[in-house]
Amino acid sequence: MPLSPGLVGDLQRILGPEGLVLSHEGRLVYECDMHTFYKGAPDAVALPSTTAEVVAIVRLCREARVPIVPRGSGTGLIGGAMAPSGGVMVGLNRMNRILEVDLPNRCATVQPGLINLSLTKAVEARGWFFAPDPSSQMVSSIGGNVSTNAGGPHCLKYGITSNHVLGLELVTGRGELVTLGGKVADHPGYDLTGVAVGSEGTFGLVTAITVRLVHVAQAVKTILASFADLEDASEAVSAIIAAGIVPAALEMLDELMIRAINEGTGAGYPKDAAAVLLIELDGPAEEVEAQGERAARICWERGALEVRVAQDAAERALLWKGRKEAAGAVGRLAPTYLLQDAVVPRSKLPAIMRELGAIGARHGVQIANVFHAGDGNLHPLILYDDRNPDELERAKAANEELLHACIAMGGTVTGEHGVGLDKAKNLPLQYGDADLNFMYRLRGVFDPQRLMNPKKLLPAHPACGEGWRPPRPRLPEGAWI
Amino acid sequence: MEQTLGAFRGPDAPDLDELRTCVHCGICLPQCPTYRVLGEEMDSPRGRIYLMRAAAEGRIGLTPTFAHHLDLCLGCRACETACPSGVKFGSLLEATRIQLRRHGPPPRHRRLEDVILSVFPEPARLGVALAAFRLYRRSGLRRLVRATRVLRPFPRLAALEALLDDVPAAESLPPLIPARGTARGRVGLLTGCVQRHLYPGVNRDTARLLALAGYEVVVPRAQGCCGALELHAGRAEAFRSRARALAAAFPDDLDFVVANAAGCGSAMKEYGRWLPATAGFAARVRDVAEVLVEADLPLGPLPLTVTYHDACHLAHGQRVRQAPRALLRRIPGLTLVELGDSDLCCGSAGVYNLLEPALARELLALKVARIVETGARVVATGNPGCLLQIAQGCRQRGLDVTLVHPVELLARAVAVRAAGRRGASAPPSEASETD
Ligand code: SF4
Ligand code: SF4
Repeated sequence: MPLSPGLVGDLQRILGPEGLVLSHEGRLVYECDMHTFYKGAPDAVALPSTTAEVVAIVRLCREARVPIVPRGSGTGLIGGAMAPSGGVMVGLNRMNRILEVDLPNRCATVQPGLINLSLTKAVEARGWFFAPDPSSQMVSSIGGNVSTNAGGPHCLKYGITSNHVLGLELVTGRGELVTLGGKVADHPGYDLTGVAVGSEGTFGLVTAITVRLVHVAQAVKTILASFADLEDASEAVSAIIAAGIVPAALEMLDELMIRAINEGTGAGYPKDAAAVLLIELDGPAEEVEAQGERAARICWERGALEVRVAQDAAERALLWKGRKEAAGAVGRLAPTYLLQDAVVPRSKLPAIMRELGAIGARHGVQIANVFHAGDGNLHPLILYDDRNPDELERAKAANEELLHACIAMGGTVTGEHGVGLDKAKNLPLQYGDADLNFMYRLRGVFDPQRLMNPKKLLPAHPACGEGWRPPRPRLPEGAWI
Repeated sequence: MEQTLGAFRGPDAPDLDELRTCVHCGICLPQCPTYRVLGEEMDSPRGRIYLMRAAAEGRIGLTPTFAHHLDLCLGCRACETACPSGVKFGSLLEATRIQLRRHGPPPRHRRLEDVILSVFPEPARLGVALAAFRLYRRSGLRRLVRATRVLRPFPRLAALEALLDDVPAAESLPPLIPARGTARGRVGLLTGCVQRHLYPGVNRDTARLLALAGYEVVVPRAQGCCGALELHAGRAEAFRSRARALAAAFPDDLDFVVANAAGCGSAMKEYGRWLPATAGFAARVRDVAEVLVEADLPLGPLPLTVTYHDACHLAHGQRVRQAPRALLRRIPGLTLVELGDSDLCCGSAGVYNLLEPALARELLALKVARIVETGARVVATGNPGCLLQIAQGCRQRGLDVTLVHPVELLARAVAVRAAGRRGASAPPSEASETD
């Protein structure tokens, strides 16, 4: 439904001509995030530069009962930053300043559009970094990371995004500007920061974020180990963790992925390997040295073909560049893919790898794998050609089967990418009615009109298509009155 | 029936399969100068590719809005360097601009573009225009123009006026320069249109260094413009006839055809895509740095602190990054300091600074700010457009910074060495260098 001229006029007055995109072409490019399968163009895109503008946008849309969809850099993988019900998309990428760096308190306050890596770049010379490092960190916004509670390779040791967010400034769906948490880790009362992280814009729009900064370790060692067999690599992962080593990151890539990375990024991974492990250790120099040797020995014992230690910062950076650009490099293998994000208990890695191979073969689709092996977070990429409808159907079938296989092994439907539109329908696999209902009511506290990022995160009830509702209380047998 | 691909028609349409290599990951976004300044998806590489694809799929037409977002693209190809999926953005953009020129709305600045494109690529006309400009400059008219700000209502004309500070007199090279020392081979030298008139010293130095490196240097008199400006403006026919003529102007027995203007070299290396018959010629094109880095030049000391700006069409278009730096580092006494965001476009981008002065100015300001951070008083870069643009930016900020092509520093280092051999005076000091 097109926006009313009144609303458009009001928005234009607040944002100026450069701050509101209304053209058909302009709105079209905002119709999807990296999950290009889900498309929905907004009726307008607002590009605010200040918190006051954000508040004004929310109040105007609320009055006009128009949905609001937040967007950062549009690198999400869940169909989050797209507008299935139209409305106003709020692109926060112009709000990209670092508001404060407070090293004595080990934190920084930033605007939501700031690119993740820019924060680390701004403080690394002083010996600090921002630990959550989703693979998209060179482009994704911290606001997006917070709203999906994103993870990344280094979350194995340092924890996911929610462990690093101390406070938020939030414009709720009611148009109130509230401050949740703050610089001090322990706040009296409810941990509302924790509630809001991962809420995917369904509570409101985040306008400032206070994050923890972490001191760079004394020593870092990055080891690449290659294997002729995926299972050997999986076992090496389990053995490393069992030996009490907590790597800063522990990543695994399969043969197809290695090929794409070598072609796309020139990272120079071993060519003939069936699996590559990327192991990063950090900490005091002596400890890193000792753990590095143990990890290497474990890899050799599990039949590694090669164990390579990055000799300098440049080689380390190159190895990581390969891993981080993996999803983009897969474009060299196929024009489209479904990127799954699921978790299994780490001990089930060899089993799920076998299962993935079987699923791919059953549906006749290629599956490339890259995952955070350290915490059992899988990212299978199911390749397909979208010009071939049959292939798309097979890819979707493989995708569903894969998700069920993970849950059957005691895993979850999403690891670190969030829920979005893509996974909302899968939440009932994970949560009961009472759980989902509670989430609905919680959301209503922040956004009673359900205008904030509709259709995302929480599933529609299969019967009524509305929000979740408790089943009618069942009357006892024979209680006819 | 004419072949159609959505809104695209006839030959030279962008390739749909190539458009589909974009997996929408966004890794290119932070590298794109227009996205950095404007912060809008449709002025990002991912957005532009999405628009091109939407046009190819017939979801949108070649509308003025579509044209606007493609016009705002600098064609710097930083997105190509960033892209892990291997999207060939440059050629997609060129094809789309050709389509826009043939089937799209009239360009916003058509008249100015016509004037520019009728002068720049024509060495003779450019010569006349610049002679007139010299007169303008000397007659004191310029001071009057600047003092009265009569060009203020014409930002694009003012941009051109500001760009051209001093115009040296044209100077031509002999058609054949013999190799010195052990012969390595035979190369052709592209003198270029802008380079020839605004930076004749760069051509002279290039020729001398190539000869010193052991190459016989052929400088065909009949050579015209490479056509890059026309290709970027989507004028396919004019571009093709220039490319054909240029390839024909050079003899077939050359080892390399050497360009010292990154924009020209980049376009020439890709001739084959638009004109398969010239593929053999294109394969022999090299940037001067690629050729000289293989040679052993006798270099004397230059006690200078220099920083290096990566011209887009060298770093992104030709993937030449290390060779110029390596050459500069070989000069004894020269300290090369890295420039932050060295491969971010300076806003010159062919004639973009004349067509879109506002955006170009913002990019120039970013570039100059990074230059100030380095503390260097000499900036080297391998493209005449960048030399003009950055020099203007430094001048306007009142900075004491000299812009040079790397070959100028190399030539000077060679001269210092030769003078030293003859027992002449000591090498010049930093102050005298940058005066
Ligand atoms: S980096 Fe390449 S694949 Fe990714 S969005 Fe940009 S052009 Fe597309
Ligand atoms: S060529 Fe340059 S300006 Fe154009 S989209 Fe690519 S990076 Fe941006």
